[in-house]
Amino acid sequence: MNHLNEEQLVLHYYGEESGAPDAAGHLEACGACRQAYASLERLLRAADDLPAPEPAEDFGARIWQRIAPRLAARRTFAAAPVWRWAAAAGVLLAALLAGQFYYPRPRPVPTVGAADPQAGERVLRLAVSDYLDRSQMVLAEVANADPQRSLDIFFEQKRAADLVVESRLYRQTALRTGDAAVAGLLDDLDRVMLEITHGPARLTPAELARLRDRLDREGILFKIRVLGADMRAEQAAAARASSAERKS
Amino acid sequence: MEQNDRAFVTKARSGDKDAFRTLVERHARVLFRLAFRMTGNAEDAEDVVQESFLRAWCQLDRFDERASFGTWMYRIATNCALDVVRLRKRRNQTPPAADDAGDGMAELPSMEPSPERMALSGEVRRRLAAAMNQLSETERAAFVLRHFEGLRLEEIGQVLECQPGAAKHSVFRAVQKLRRALEPIVSPLR
Repeated sequence: MNHLNEEQLVLHYYGEESGAPDAAGHLEACGACRQAYASLERLLRAADDLPAPEPAEDFGARIWQRIAPRLAARRTFAAAPVWRWAAAAGVLLAALLAGQFYYPRPRPVPTVGAADPQAGERVLRLAVSDYLDRSQMVLAEVANADPQRSLDIFFEQKRAADLVVESRLYRQTALRTGDAAVAGLLDDLDRVMLEITHGPARLTPAELARLRDRLDREGILFKIRVLGADMRAEQAAAARASSAERKS
Repeated sequence: MEQNDRAFVTKARSGDKDAFRTLVERHARVLFRLAFRMTGNAEDAEDVVQESFLRAWCQLDRFDERASFGTWMYRIATNCALDVVRLRKRRNQTPPAADDAGDGMAELPSMEPSPERMALSGEVRRRLAAAMNQLSETERAAFVLRHFEGLRLEEIGQVLECQPGAAKHSVFRAVQKLRRALEPIVSPLR
């Protein structure tokens, strides 16, 4: 009689009988397999004890409250009536005439201190965190735009071009300090920003859909948020540590 | 449930936000548990759930209404969770062990003092959490979906976009690795 192998025992435990159709019958007849199965059961029951927090009853409602404004913004933007566009254009024109409209120059890339590696890392974190915020703003324009209309991205193109120039040093430094996640995300961002920079200044709905598809597929905005939150937490921890050091 | 989901998905696709809200409220808690087990961190899990529904809203047009909305959401949430796991791994940040993950908003499952449970010490749980962190992303996802969420191998294949055979091997490899990590402690409990 052939014994059940480990894979068949696992499949039997999970009720996936395709791997061993008569596993139950075999286990009844075979003491050795029964013992092996009992050992597997103990192990997998132990795995049941891996705790997972039970979310509160209103967890779904809480998530909804957080995402609803973002869904609304997307749909409302799509449905904005013509008079609202006209009003927006009026405000823009007034701002231009008043000389209040300006395009911020690219920020000087901070030099990372070679003498004090810790200070260098802090500067890098701060700069990258700021860089991610600004990248997110550019990409959010695309992600939240009305998918049915073409989109003028002239200003986003300029900001994207500046971001590409800035990112080089951050990427190199991230690689040097072994922060592969930041380097990888900056790489991904660079590719998207280059696509925006070298693409047309007005995106057709099809081009917009392609770009948004890519952002979705690669989860770029989500990664920015996750890493951005990490870096802010690191900055806060570093600030707390440095403040405690000064006090002592 | 699935029939009901379908009606709400149809309405949500035509822009009915209340219908989408129902879907969010119906699936959020399940997705949180999945995301927590994938990321090992409550804060990340909450972000994953939020991001998953945002992605779902944007991609509703692509959802095949004959399919299960729940499985589709599993797929989106698994991908989001994998994004987080990959980022953390690349930053060399091991997620906190499940023991340390409580954040006050949730309660851990009750630990009834049955003899078997009493025998499962904190050491077992620590080893288990550590062993889970050693699994590859696909192994961890496949194991969580099979063991904790009870998905069939075919469904796991759909979620992970692989053949059921590949899903089976991922589950099997995960069990083997967990066994290696736990057997010295769990086996004596006869």
